[in-house]
Amino acid sequence: MSDYLNVSGRIFDIQKFSVHDGPGIRTIIFLKGCALRCRWCCNPESQKFEKQTMLQNGEEKIIGRDITVADVMQTVKQDLPYYRRSGGGMTLSGGEMLCQSEFSYALLRCAKEQSINTAVESTGFATFDKIEKMLPYIDTFMMDIKHTDSQKHKEFTGQANELILENAAKIAKRAKKLIIRVPVIPTFNDTEEEIAAIARFAAGLDRVKEIHLLPYHRLGKDKYDGLGREYLMGDLPSPTDEKMQQLKAAAEGCGLICKIGG
Amino acid sequence: MKKVYTAELQKTPRIQKLIDDLYSGTPTIESTRAEIITESFKQTEGLSIYIRKAKAFKALAEKLPVVIRDDELIVGCNCVTPRGCPTFPEFSNQWLEDEFETVATRSADPFYISKETAAKLKEVHKYWQGRTTSELATSYMAPETLKAIEHNLFTVGNYFYNGIGHVNVDYAKVLKIGFKGIYDYAKAQRDQCNIYDGDYTSRFSFLSAVMESCEAAITFAKRYSAAARELAANCSDINRRNELLAIAEICNRVPENGAESFHEACQSFWFVQLLIQTESSGHSISPGRFDQYMYPYYIKDLESGKITREQAQELIDCVWVKLNSLNKVRDALSAEGFAGYSMFQNLIVGGQDINGLDATNDLSYMCISASMHVNLPQPSLSMRVWNGTPHDLMVKAAELTKTGIGFPAYYNDEIIIPALISRGLSLEDARDYCIIGCVEPQKGGKTDGWHDAAFFNMCRTLELVFSNGMDKGVQIGPKTGELVALDTYEKFFNAYKEQMDYAIKLMVNADNAVDAAHMERCPLPFLSSMVDDCIARGKSMQEGGAIYNFTGPQGFGIANVADALYAVNELVYKTKEVTLEEYADALRNNYGMPYSDEYAKTLTIDVVKEITAQGIEIKEEQIKEIFIQIKQNDIDEAKKAKYQALLQKIKSLPKFGNDIDEVDFFGREAAYTYTKPVEKYENPRGGKYHAGLYPVSANVPLGMQTGATPDGRLAGTPVADGVSPAAGSDVNGPTAAANSVAKLDHGIASNGTLFNMKFHPSALKGASGIEGFIALIRAYFDQKGMHMQFNVVSRETLRDAQKHPENYKSLVVRVAGYSALFTTLSKTLQDDIINRTEQGGF
Repeated sequence: MSDYLNVSGRIFDIQKFSVHDGPGIRTIIFLKGCALRCRWCCNPESQKFEKQTMLQNGEEKIIGRDITVADVMQTVKQDLPYYRRSGGGMTLSGGEMLCQSEFSYALLRCAKEQSINTAVESTGFATFDKIEKMLPYIDTFMMDIKHTDSQKHKEFTGQANELILENAAKIAKRAKKLIIRVPVIPTFNDTEEEIAAIARFAAGLDRVKEIHLLPYHRLGKDKYDGLGREYLMGDLPSPTDEKMQQLKAAAEGCGLICKIGG
Repeated sequence: MKKVYTAELQKTPRIQKLIDDLYSGTPTIESTRAEIITESFKQTEGLSIYIRKAKAFKALAEKLPVVIRDDELIVGCNCVTPRGCPTFPEFSNQWLEDEFETVATRSADPFYISKETAAKLKEVHKYWQGRTTSELATSYMAPETLKAIEHNLFTVGNYFYNGIGHVNVDYAKVLKIGFKGIYDYAKAQRDQCNIYDGDYTSRFSFLSAVMESCEAAITFAKRYSAAARELAANCSDINRRNELLAIAEICNRVPENGAESFHEACQSFWFVQLLIQTESSGHSISPGRFDQYMYPYYIKDLESGKITREQAQELIDCVWVKLNSLNKVRDALSAEGFAGYSMFQNLIVGGQDINGLDATNDLSYMCISASMHVNLPQPSLSMRVWNGTPHDLMVKAAELTKTGIGFPAYYNDEIIIPALISRGLSLEDARDYCIIGCVEPQKGGKTDGWHDAAFFNMCRTLELVFSNGMDKGVQIGPKTGELVALDTYEKFFNAYKEQMDYAIKLMVNADNAVDAAHMERCPLPFLSSMVDDCIARGKSMQEGGAIYNFTGPQGFGIANVADALYAVNELVYKTKEVTLEEYADALRNNYGMPYSDEYAKTLTIDVVKEITAQGIEIKEEQIKEIFIQIKQNDIDEAKKAKYQALLQKIKSLPKFGNDIDEVDFFGREAAYTYTKPVEKYENPRGGKYHAGLYPVSANVPLGMQTGATPDGRLAGTPVADGVSPAAGSDVNGPTAAANSVAKLDHGIASNGTLFNMKFHPSALKGASGIEGFIALIRAYFDQKGMHMQFNVVSRETLRDAQKHPENYKSLVVRVAGYSALFTTLSKTLQDDIINRTEQGGF
């Protein structure tokens, strides 16, 4: 176990008392670096693995710090009483935790050795062997399926979706619990047909019962300014509640439990 | 397993009408009560104090105007105007006279007073010259105590100016046997007095006074019965006529007799509540475990079909409205310390019964519903939480919290019960505790807790370490050493402890002086009739008649002291970046920062006093100039830069409230400097002192009198509230803050601790928000935290947070799929969240 504790990785934030990302009260570890470049990404500072400088409320802030598993676990363990009472635990998010698979694996293993509930939020974009190794240590796997059309997927995220869909099928077979999550992005995937197509795919996965629709929001816009990057989504409004209800109905039509939000 | 009915019951139109009527005008001061008791006292010169008090109370019961308002089902007032306010000149009155001109326009809790009322009160006050409790208390205080009060080390103003209150009487007994039963019991005790007994005179006289007070309460109710009957005779609306006839019937029976229906129980409860607050001006007359002692009457009526759940709910709602009809005018400083016209009538639901089983019942839920229905500040609703508290009740409570009303406050049985046992309560009594006022636990019906005995400002004693006990040129604390001699942290900390020990002794002297004054001049026979074992002992509560006697003064400013001790240790003793002298210099100069208006004002007054004392005349323009100069704090630029650099260094240090052991254990030690010495002392009623750690809202006005502190807090700004981290210094979210606070020893602070947390409604959104919230409370309590309350903030607060982010660094808001600290969000996003609240969309 001590080997794992010394593994080091790069994160850009740790957030405690999160109650909307997985069961119970959770501590979220945001890992730095992602293989996708989703245009709507609300954490653009998470995309590059390299440390970056971002302007935040007029102050320059270094994004990214290197930390050992031991140090992360020390912070995670501070909230044990809250996990116990809520069924919560640790969530790896990002960025993409698969981009630092050794670090993620070590974190997950250490957490499970302490009986801490684990969850990941992932794109599933990696060679399957990396994922497979982690699965025994993940209680809830939350995986994004953004589009079933590979062309469109590539246009908006920078990557084709074949590997993702393929991995989804494999993860479904082996994961303790897999939840499919869909960011609902106007102009990209917000039609009933597109959501239904994703839901059909999800429903066809082994043992998958739940799908979450996450409405697009512009809350990351300022971060693009802070990084000196252009925000490609412009002034696109968030989907209305009515719209989300329609899409929820479309997803439920495929026999899944559907929640709006996490 | 008993079945508990948890569904929501609706608010009836009657309740809104009663509320609208109650809040139709500015509260008005009325002179009737003061005139009646003064008249009575003039006529009873020469009689025993017990008899005089009883006769005055009887005069009130016979002469106060009877007021039955439209649509009321529960009746009884001590004033004619809605939320009107009687005065209590027997405790103190000079401050009111001084404030006749300003009481209507002051910022905290203004009251209207007519010229006629002011004139009548002025006349009445003449009689009380030299006869009040406050004057006697002052005469009992040692000179050094008076000096310490003058220099704001602590204040005992609450009981100095007012009655004590802070009690939960044995409502169950009145509901069961009525005042007739209590009268009979007192009479039986009196009959056993032997004329040759050593305590015959006081015993006989006290018990006679109790009997007369019981008669007075019965008389008061009978007058309402007659008035209701008369109103009914002239009422053309048949429904209302029937209601009035029912009221007439009920007031004819209770509180004379035991209650036979839920309606009678509610009415009897209210007469008790009202009359206690007519006999004395003591606030925090706390109904306590209402869901427990009212339950037998509710369930009997429900099962016999006499009442529906809806009708029972409406009656409870009516009681809630009534609890808001009582009012109290306090002196300007106290009004700021207890801001919000609060009467602190604490009512608690849930918890365990005397055998340790869960006590939740239908009424526990209905009380929470009532607070939702009336949406008013009274009662101060509390909830007991233990490992066996039903999840449904937690959810129901969370729904109320979510409305932003700040109720209920949550209390942890798992720490309060052992804490009370450690103070000598029996296991059964400890399990039956309720909460008084803000956060103070006691066993109802048996305790004189003297809970709100003083505000002790722990930052002021810290200031004295830096000045070797001097304040404004006067030696008010012990000489704990020149700064240069404090060359280790241990020496520095010992100096602080010595200043604390000394100031605590003076505070005890002050409290005991006030205690003795109440004992002598204001024994309360009516109140004493409902607290065990006053009747059997033949002694009033004020003389130690209660079974459990305590004095509970509260300290505050722990977070500031924790951060200050940490900073001094780091910068002076560990890294040696500054010397203690340089630190002191920076503090004296407010870190080179401008002063707040209020603080500059007090400094100006001091300077002007000094100048005029030298016989120099001073013009108004000159005073203005002095004020401006002081406010700007215009000092040498080089020094200013040095001070401000120190301030920045202090600000960058870790602070209490972020789950960092190194700092948090300074908090634990800081709290001990108050809680440990306090428990050594005894009061004149034969009881012990025990500490509380909460400031009500006094951390703001008393902070105004406090200079800059080593934690980087500027002069005149608020001191940290309760055991909460200093405003804006907990930046790692609610779990980290709760963990830090849980590291304090709450068990020793058996007079209560107060932990405030701010939330945005969005953080409680949806099932996951509510579940997370409940788990947060449970997990804090698992770690032996004592109390938690939540301020679910409004849009206005969020706007203020944008303007003053430094005060809101720990404010949690739900952003989208997640929650975040509000001040870390961008302006646009903040606006977005504010607008979202505006639409009420959560």
